[in-house]
Amino acid sequence: MGIRTLVAMLVVALVVIGALATQESYKVFMPGLLQGAVLTIEIAILGSLLAIVMGVLAALARMYGPAPLKWLATVYVEIFRGTSALVQLFWLFFVLPQFGVTLNAFLVAVLALGLNVGAYGSEVVRGAIQSVARGQWEASTALNMSRPQMLRRIILPQAFVAMIPPWGNLFIELLKSTALVSLITLSDLAFKAQQMNQNTFKTIPIFTLVLLMYLAMSLVVTIGMRLLERRASLGLARGKAA
Amino acid sequence: MTEQPMVRFDNVSKRYGALTVLDGLNLDIARGEKVSIIGPSGSGKTTVLRMLMTLETINDGVIWVEGEPLTHMERNGKLVPADLAHIRKIRAKIGMVFQSFNLFPHMTAMQNCIEAPITVLGMKRADAEARAAELLDMVGLSEKKDHYPSQLSGGQQQRVAIARACAMRPKIMLFDEVTSALDPELVGEVLEVIRKLGREHDLTMLMVTHQMGFAKEFSDRVCFFHAGKICEQGPPNELFGAPKNERTRQFLHAVLEAG
Repeated sequence: MGIRTLVAMLVVALVVIGALATQESYKVFMPGLLQGAVLTIEIAILGSLLAIVMGVLAALARMYGPAPLKWLATVYVEIFRGTSALVQLFWLFFVLPQFGVTLNAFLVAVLALGLNVGAYGSEVVRGAIQSVARGQWEASTALNMSRPQMLRRIILPQAFVAMIPPWGNLFIELLKSTALVSLITLSDLAFKAQQMNQNTFKTIPIFTLVLLMYLAMSLVVTIGMRLLERRASLGLARGKAA
Repeated sequence: MTEQPMVRFDNVSKRYGALTVLDGLNLDIARGEKVSIIGPSGSGKTTVLRMLMTLETINDGVIWVEGEPLTHMERNGKLVPADLAHIRKIRAKIGMVFQSFNLFPHMTAMQNCIEAPITVLGMKRADAEARAAELLDMVGLSEKKDHYPSQLSGGQQQRVAIARACAMRPKIMLFDEVTSALDPELVGEVLEVIRKLGREHDLTMLMVTHQMGFAKEFSDRVCFFHAGKICEQGPPNELFGAPKNERTRQFLHAVLEAG
């Protein structure tokens, strides 16, 4: 789908939200839902940043690290990929305190979701690095670059382009997973919706607004990633189209 | 005292599992010498270059560069396999041009040529650019310096690759079938650049090639490889004019017939 279609969808979603918000029966829910949405966005952004850091570190450690680091990264990836995000949240929030480590709910949310998505992300990074042509490594070797120099200047910039679409998927996954944090006492968008629904039973307006809000947020992610992809591939594609 | 050879392969072998690609290779290349390697595919000729560039490890023997071991280093008077720091120190003397160019696609011609001088040699950007401009001028591509590889023809890409390799000021240049991936009408421009390089720079050159005419005219010595060994070697006039070995004769006959 083209970027224009996506932007059109986003505009429609926002216009519909705006139009509904002027209705008397919807208006009352807006402040609460927006408050929840802000928390959702905060967790999604910080979680995504953590996921990127963990994904890149784990991939590099698994591919090029010394044995202990390799082992550690593999254990991390398999644990966080192989268990559910919900269980990870619960474990960090309810089990860790039993061992004397108490983290606040917001931090747990960012940690659990970031580590979870980072584990998937490391496979994305690894695949993208491996997709760079072998000749690029050989040319860098012939120019006597060190391994870190090769990675930083030659391999990762090329792998980066291949990473963008799958990372976009992961960010959207993460955004949607934030709904889980309502189960560890955080008042995110999903929590607010549920709470208001229990108090008022206005199911249709509440969940219609929430649906549109999640959609708008994920469209922002998708559009952002498309723009990034277009920009990043400029150097690689330049001239090919001409 | 006789001068050290620039490169010495001392009883070097390379095996992939049960397959022996190179079998006890002994080869000395003198400073400034231009050596062409010819032979049928699978004879191990490209492997010679790849081992010297340290793109392949070796199973037996030692490779020496200017009297220093490349694949090994001396420790307590004994040769032990080299670590990466040692390899990088010696490897700095060697540059290579590949069959498939291998330019960095996300960088312009100029950026391709200044990348390693800046990151590896620590040159100042302005100095690296001045040197790269000279080299791009030498290969006749001053006007294309801001083009990306995808905007260049194969011949132009290969000329940039030659400039890029020269920017590291190697003493030894390896050319691995550098015209094999080119359309026939683009071969000449690349060979012309190599000729110029040979005339104007004090380089030791080792090339694997299928261009028999070029090998004959350009090289000081031609080595014919067969089944992982040097089957016959000598000055081009002798090897092409009066090959002594039956296999050399067969190979040359087949190649010249086809060309």
